[in-house]
Amino acid sequence: MADDARTEPARDAVVIPIGTGGRPGRGTGRARPSSAARDLAPSSARPPAAKKPAARKPAARKPAAKKAAAKKATARKPPAEEASASQQPVEQPVAADREATTTQPRADSGIPIGDWIAACQGAAREVFGDDWERRLAELLAFVRRRLEGGYEVDDYGFDRELTERFFMTALRPIAEKWFRLEVRGLENIPADGGALVVSNHSGTVPLDGLMTMLAVHDHAHRFLRPLGADLVFKLPIVSSLARKGGATLACVEDAERMLSGGELVGVWPEGFKGIGKPFSERYKLQRFGRGGFVSAALRTGVPIIPLSVVGAEEIYPLVGNVPSLARLLGVPYIPITPFFPWLGPLGMVPLPSKWILEFGEPIRTDAYDAAEAEDPMLVFNVTDQVRETIQHTLFDLLRDRNGVFG
Amino acid sequence: MGRVVLVTGISRDIGRRFARAAAGDPSIERVIGVDVVPPRGDIGDVSFVRADIRNPVIAKVIAKEDVDTVVHMSVIATPGSAGGRGTMKELNVIGSMQLLAACQKSRTVERIVVKSTTTVYGSGPRDPAMFTEDMGPKRMPSAGYAKDVYEIEGYVRGFARRRPDVDVTMIRAANVIGPHVSSPLTNYFRLPVIPRVLGFDPRLQFLHEDDLMGVLRHAATNGVPGTFNVAGDGLLTLSQAVRRLGTPSVAMPRFAVGRLGATMRQARLSDFSPEQLGFLTYGRGVDTTRMRTVLGFEPTYSTAEAYADFCRSLTAAPLQGAGRG
Repeated sequence: MADDARTEPARDAVVIPIGTGGRPGRGTGRARPSSAARDLAPSSARPPAAKKPAARKPAARKPAAKKAAAKKATARKPPAEEASASQQPVEQPVAADREATTTQPRADSGIPIGDWIAACQGAAREVFGDDWERRLAELLAFVRRRLEGGYEVDDYGFDRELTERFFMTALRPIAEKWFRLEVRGLENIPADGGALVVSNHSGTVPLDGLMTMLAVHDHAHRFLRPLGADLVFKLPIVSSLARKGGATLACVEDAERMLSGGELVGVWPEGFKGIGKPFSERYKLQRFGRGGFVSAALRTGVPIIPLSVVGAEEIYPLVGNVPSLARLLGVPYIPITPFFPWLGPLGMVPLPSKWILEFGEPIRTDAYDAAEAEDPMLVFNVTDQVRETIQHTLFDLLRDRNGVFG
Repeated sequence: MGRVVLVTGISRDIGRRFARAAAGDPSIERVIGVDVVPPRGDIGDVSFVRADIRNPVIAKVIAKEDVDTVVHMSVIATPGSAGGRGTMKELNVIGSMQLLAACQKSRTVERIVVKSTTTVYGSGPRDPAMFTEDMGPKRMPSAGYAKDVYEIEGYVRGFARRRPDVDVTMIRAANVIGPHVSSPLTNYFRLPVIPRVLGFDPRLQFLHEDDLMGVLRHAATNGVPGTFNVAGDGLLTLSQAVRRLGTPSVAMPRFAVGRLGATMRQARLSDFSPEQLGFLTYGRGVDTTRMRTVLGFEPTYSTAEAYADFCRSLTAAPLQGAGRG
């Protein structure tokens, strides 16, 4: 089967004159060359094959360790040397034994060591690309670093290496193949310095946050540092993944610390009200919290970048909720969608809606004094401005898109 | 004329080593060590006075020796070493109160340095990533060491209000780690198999024992009033720490780790307190900006270096201190 696969494309690509099968002993589709081909091949002159079993027997009785050592020793010899050694088997019995044990199976399998090496190199090149040696070394160093704990985390527990090499790589196919992410307004993300991305929240499961992180990483080449609800840090597994992915708790202290540290911070001020709203209320923005994100931005003087995400509402259409069970488990809602929990794990597959992410024009806050963050009226006004911008962009995008799954 | 320093809690290793180091300091004339039991090791030039800080005798010691600097280090973290939680609480809280009362009466005391801990911030899911000195715990500690320290800090603040002429320095030290430290956390890392809370990877911050000595000496000789977080730079996550140590670890649900900890405490294998379980679940980070800008102290070891030094001591003497309570 493997041979078929190898010969088929060759026949497609190369025109071979009728009547020849290429080089003798090759391309017949059989693993073992024909006897004629073996005779023709210059180096595999093994007419005294009948004598060989006799020579091999003492070797077979020897300790396995010695045999293995002998195998190793001869395996490294160039073929020319082997051939010369095998021609005087009587004078050097030990050498003959070695030859008998090693060259005989090779004559059977017919694949010289050089071919093995070439195959390995080819496979490595196939997997890692042209500079495969470097890449392989990097991969091994990565694995070693992970196992020995030699990697770095920042003050928030953000593991840059793991995020880049694992989380982002895992999310990329989902974003590109499943949701077919379209990102607009990338020029609005500053290349450096602190900024606050404010987005609408939807989709029952916070996939929109993950997708935004990936989009920002892939297109703007920065890490979006999300601010998460305290439930995120209460849940096992989720909490450690969130910290490693760069998230921190949505509180004034952390937001200001990150913004003044020059990070690109992402916030979803609708919180659970937005993500857990019924499908009938899709694309209707909920209340934007208490505007804490605005006062953090005012105090640190960073721009606010409104982000509108279209498509996330349709991934899990939330048609019902089990409030009593949710209260019992201490979570904000237990989702019921047309497919979950009826189809079990299959119902957890998100619907492949088409997503559009549009980053709006930054709302500058550096014109305000840091002390004005204490002015509730100003905070409410800026909050409303951000909210209106996102809401209107959402309506524009909805008019713009051709169908939910288009 | 150098300073006369009174050090409490000298019978414990850290206190004894600090007293010895302080005695070698040229700006310090005399060091007086106080504790209820004599120190076990060599105390060098330190003069030991056997006194219980829980009774007013301590005031006489301060008056007689003309003490001008008090370094309070006898806040103990583990009930095991004190002989029960009741004794521990009395030693910590009543002892501190008596000491502060004696200082308030004294005419000679100019400076008080209190070794506190970042445990006062607690650890929980609603904690900010980094605590600054003006933040308090998100949830009041209900029991144990954290509560003791929280109460002591309250008394120290009260003292600072009543005696504004005395420089009060409160050092909130991160978890102290090093080859000689026997604390609940170092004993945890000395376990043959390290239990971890499943699904959580706490952030840890360490302070090397030498840096603790350094910062206490710095505070005793320079007298900068205020509260300061002191920790090595950077953070380690528990998974990183365990991997760097090379000890096998097993992840268990939180209640199972708590249960195991209680069992180990009963068997006196390790002191695994409830607040330590919280710490090993949620971790904690403290901001050390003020340590540099106001206190003017620079730790020599980062968190990772302090931990590496601890790991080296473990591999050199794998059984030293293992399983000690």
